[in-house]
Amino acid sequence: MLGIARTLVARDLLLAMRRKSDVATALLFFVIVASLFPLGIGAEPNQLRAIAPGVIWVAALLSSMLSLSRLFAGDHADGTLEQMLLGAAPLGVVVAAKAFAHWLVSGLPLVLIAPVIALQYDVAGPLYGVLALSLLLGTPILSIIGAIGAALTLGLRGGGVLLSLLVLPLYVPVLIMGAGAVEMAGAGLAPDGQLLLLGALLVVAAAFAPWATAAALRISME
Amino acid sequence: MLEAAEIECERGGRKLFGPLSLRLSGGELLRIAGPNGSGKTSLLRILCGLLTPTSGQVKWRGSAIGELREDYSRHLVYLGHAPAVKDELTPIENLDIACRLAGIDAQKEALASALSAFAVPDMPVRKLSQGQRRRAALARLLLSQSARLWLLDEPFAALDTSSAAYTEELIARHTGAGGAVVYTTHQPSALDAKARVVDLSS
Repeated sequence: MLGIARTLVARDLLLAMRRKSDVATALLFFVIVASLFPLGIGAEPNQLRAIAPGVIWVAALLSSMLSLSRLFAGDHADGTLEQMLLGAAPLGVVVAAKAFAHWLVSGLPLVLIAPVIALQYDVAGPLYGVLALSLLLGTPILSIIGAIGAALTLGLRGGGVLLSLLVLPLYVPVLIMGAGAVEMAGAGLAPDGQLLLLGALLVVAAAFAPWATAAALRISME
Repeated sequence: MLEAAEIECERGGRKLFGPLSLRLSGGELLRIAGPNGSGKTSLLRILCGLLTPTSGQVKWRGSAIGELREDYSRHLVYLGHAPAVKDELTPIENLDIACRLAGIDAQKEALASALSAFAVPDMPVRKLSQGQRRRAALARLLLSQSARLWLLDEPFAALDTSSAAYTEELIARHTGAGGAVVYTTHQPSALDAKARVVDLSS
């Protein structure tokens, strides 16, 4: 069972390597959206410092959204998804492996590049670590929960917009905790509470969302 | 070993077929016949558990397939309309992943010899023709002899005569070894004489 999960993660990474443009678009989208705000608002350091956590987090949400619709669409189109439903591993495990691969490709690069973006906002030194840590805990939740929406809108016309409407409200708690942790740290308070809540959200989402996604996939495939 | 009791299928508010009952035991060959749109693919998808029948039940060795899930799918191979091969990968990578997903741990040599038996060239699937993709998907049959039940949707579509004959031979060999095969086809084949027929047009 774990062998199958490993095979799927390796396969999705291999596919991402052979379709580099897909990976690059989501990352560039994040960089550009997060860079537009300092340009639009002007170089007032205090203002920029105040909006930094929120803007970076919202840009991360939108960028993670962008690649969600492709999570199952390719496998659906060429029949691989049918084979996954009929595979030897429970569908929940397959879904969890795919969501993990999605995070490795679209979430992890954001974690790594966010401190560079934060430079533009003149964020104080100690906050870089908190920002990266909040994204490290938060972006996997986006992939795991987003998979439910991707499964529900599979094969629908105009699925992309519907997917955003379904999934973005579910992202709200992650946004509040993630940006909140950085703001707390910025105000000189300990961000532990928010970070622990994010960690708890991650554990709960990882335990339950894959099974919801599996059920949604079975419905979409009928 | 496979038993369908009074299954009915409705798609988009239109009744496709049913009630239909069938029984399949080891070594049997079953052909699903009927014109386009009569529900051949739907019946195959119901038999493998991808589609829930409007009414009725499919059982594998006495238990409902909806409850068995992967305990049932381990015993079967389903090859649908879409060949389930990825454009970005090579045929051998595709076959390796397909086998692992199905829980078969095949050696590199076994994968390569299965592909060469179907004369699939070793280049990215993107550059292969429709028939070659089909053959890349069918190569899985050579590694799935342990699966008791094969469900094949139009296995001969887009194939040339020699690979169609080879596929027929594989199917005959599988039923000879005690496996069961359900298939749909529009092409007349040498298997038709041996096959029991379920006709959905009536």
